[in-house]
Amino acid sequence: MSIVENFDLYAPRLIDKGEYFSMGHTGCAGCGEALATRLVLKGLGKDTIVSNATGCLEIISSRYPTTAWEIPWIHVAFENAAAVAAGVESGLKALRRKGRIPDRDVKSVSMAGDGGTADIGLQALSGAMERGHDMIHVCYDNEAYMNTGIQRSSQTPFGAWSTTSPPGEVSFGQRTWKKNIPEIMVAHNVAYVATANPSYPLDLIRKVEKARKLKGPSYIHCLSVCPTGWRMDSSLTIKVGRLALETGIFPLYEVENGKYRITVDMPEPLRPVEDYLKLQGRFRHLRPDKIEEIQARVNLEIKKLMNKVNYIQSWEELG
Amino acid sequence: MAKRKRIGMEVALAAAEAVGMCNVDVAAVYPITPQSHIAEHLSELVADGKTDTEYVTVESEHTSMSVCIGASATGARAYTATCSQGLMLMHELLPIASAMRCPIVMSVANRPVNAPLNILSDHSDIMPQRDSGWIVIFSENGQEVVDLTLMAYRIAEDKDIMLPVIIGIDGFILTHMVEPMEFPDQKEIDKFLPPYKPYATLHPDKPLTMGAFAMPDFFPQMMKAKDMALLNSKKTIVKVWDEWERKFGRRYRPVETYRTEGAETILVTMGSMSETAELGVDELRDKGVSVGLVKIRLWRPFPSDELKVAVKDARVLAVMDRAVSPGTGGGPVFTDIKAVFYGEDSRPIIVNYVMGLGGVDVTVGDFVKMGEKAAKAKKEEYEFYGVMG
Ligand SMILES: Cc1ncc(C[n+]2csc(CCOP(=O)(O)OP(=O)(O)O)c2C)c(N)n1
Ligand code: SF4
Ligand SMILES: [Mg+2]
Repeated sequence: MSIVENFDLYAPRLIDKGEYFSMGHTGCAGCGEALATRLVLKGLGKDTIVSNATGCLEIISSRYPTTAWEIPWIHVAFENAAAVAAGVESGLKALRRKGRIPDRDVKSVSMAGDGGTADIGLQALSGAMERGHDMIHVCYDNEAYMNTGIQRSSQTPFGAWSTTSPPGEVSFGQRTWKKNIPEIMVAHNVAYVATANPSYPLDLIRKVEKARKLKGPSYIHCLSVCPTGWRMDSSLTIKVGRLALETGIFPLYEVENGKYRITVDMPEPLRPVEDYLKLQGRFRHLRPDKIEEIQARVNLEIKKLMNKVNYIQSWEELG
Repeated sequence: MAKRKRIGMEVALAAAEAVGMCNVDVAAVYPITPQSHIAEHLSELVADGKTDTEYVTVESEHTSMSVCIGASATGARAYTATCSQGLMLMHELLPIASAMRCPIVMSVANRPVNAPLNILSDHSDIMPQRDSGWIVIFSENGQEVVDLTLMAYRIAEDKDIMLPVIIGIDGFILTHMVEPMEFPDQKEIDKFLPPYKPYATLHPDKPLTMGAFAMPDFFPQMMKAKDMALLNSKKTIVKVWDEWERKFGRRYRPVETYRTEGAETILVTMGSMSETAELGVDELRDKGVSVGLVKIRLWRPFPSDELKVAVKDARVLAVMDRAVSPGTGGGPVFTDIKAVFYGEDSRPIIVNYVMGLGGVDVTVGDFVKMGEKAAKAKKEEYEFYGVMG
């Protein structure tokens, strides 16, 4: 780890003590998405407006007339969180310019699940990133459409059970590999792209703070363990999140001005993927040959990532 | 009233000019024929600094409406324009904009809906939006487009209303005509239309949750509130129109009449065909056929009471529909008008001509023919006028 020694001891004291995502939401026990949201909001601070896509996060936090949100928050529909956030940003910009609201830096942030980001929401997200709005999009990736009953998405892992990728006589579950959304965001030439994981809260908050400070669009892809959908014990959320890193399945990295950097070191050698898979009922049906296939793919993906980390220069270096 | 210079201009450009006078904070417009000239001219006005507007060059109409809702929630005045497939693409968001009480204004350059693809003119795009909770106002000519656009935010942002407004501008027939029009001075408009003062906004100084979900304990109340707001909006709309008349001399009513005195048969139109229909009525009257014309300006909320008064002595109503409502046995305007008379003791015979679909020209002669036919009607009729087969 390239940070100061004992960082973990004093860093928590620097974290915003404010709670912007309050208790009393209706998320399942051990919900990684709710935990991640709480941490993300600490990194963002109070001068934030959240545009939330339809999905678990929206549903567990906003049953009228109650709300879990201590900051301004809006929900419009499923596929347009980034577009609404673009509208919020444009509205604030015009009103500030015209002197109708205080001239203060308020950040527009869209939040969506993997479905609201990678599938139905991809067009709105791409448009918002391409136009260069001063905003952050946070994807809470729990690897399926959880809110509607655990249907597969383009982020559901290879081999996983879901209600629309069930294993059966002629099926081993999800047949596709995760679409690489962080890479698609990098291709939009946004200044900051990062992966995050609430099992590593300091890393997560630091990344959010970094994105918060930037002017322009940035993207954070946050793994969000979902005990309900992943068919696992709700006490294991943090552990499974850590195993996602330790097996290399979900590496933590950031891409700043084109430069890739691993932000939390992975063990060497990586732990076998089976350690991660075996704790989750959604992989229970997998036969050894499929587990081997997953292991081989994870090894390849890590090599591809390290290749970028080691060889791709930043825009400054190139310029 | 000051005498103003009339200038010749394409109506789509005039619509953009009018929007440019409304101190719009955020515009998000995606081009589609025949609306594109509005999108283009508004970008020019922004590029030349003639209006201080954030122009968001969105990647779709779904996003243009999303941007408008997000911007409106911050307290910004938001504008968009579209039609046809674009309107269908944003359909999902229209009831959201009205339920969230976002006073957005949208110009719709009425065009058919695929398939078959057709870029010309009719009302097939607006009809599926009927129940979206928006105020919908139709225009007949360029001057009306200017006036109605300039009045739209006053209506939308009125504290008793707080609902989004569509101004219907028939594609090509209206959007692409060059007509003489007069514009009020910017100063007069600034006085008529003060900056938007929202009820509630998204801002960290007072954190609010907008767009929460509701279960049966609250959902029906919200639906009722929206319906009541829309139904009640009519009197305020008329008040704004009255003020306009006092200031600028042009009069607008939810239902307008032309030579209806003593008319046995009344044609009912909506949109740009109304002016042609007037000429048809003149010709019929010259021929001694007792015909008048009623024009529906306010499509939502539907002006039932005004309509009853306007046609009270007529034996026959001939409703001209520029759209089909497949499977209902009548066009959308026809079925709405029939509903108005259900509870009445004496009812006119109501006939329905679906015409002008996909840009078919409806001429003075056509109105004469339909008027003559309707004058002889003995019972309800539903006909695709001039369509073989
Ligand atoms: C246009 C549209 N299609 C489908 C739905 C139904 N729907 C609501 S949330 C959801 C899935 C959400 O999945 P994701 O974005 O991954 O969020 P999660 O609930 O998993 O956090 C779906 C399919 C909808 N609300 N709108
Ligand atoms: S289903 Fe999963 S993501 Fe949704 S609230 Fe439960 S644990 Fe959280
Ligand atoms: Mg999900």
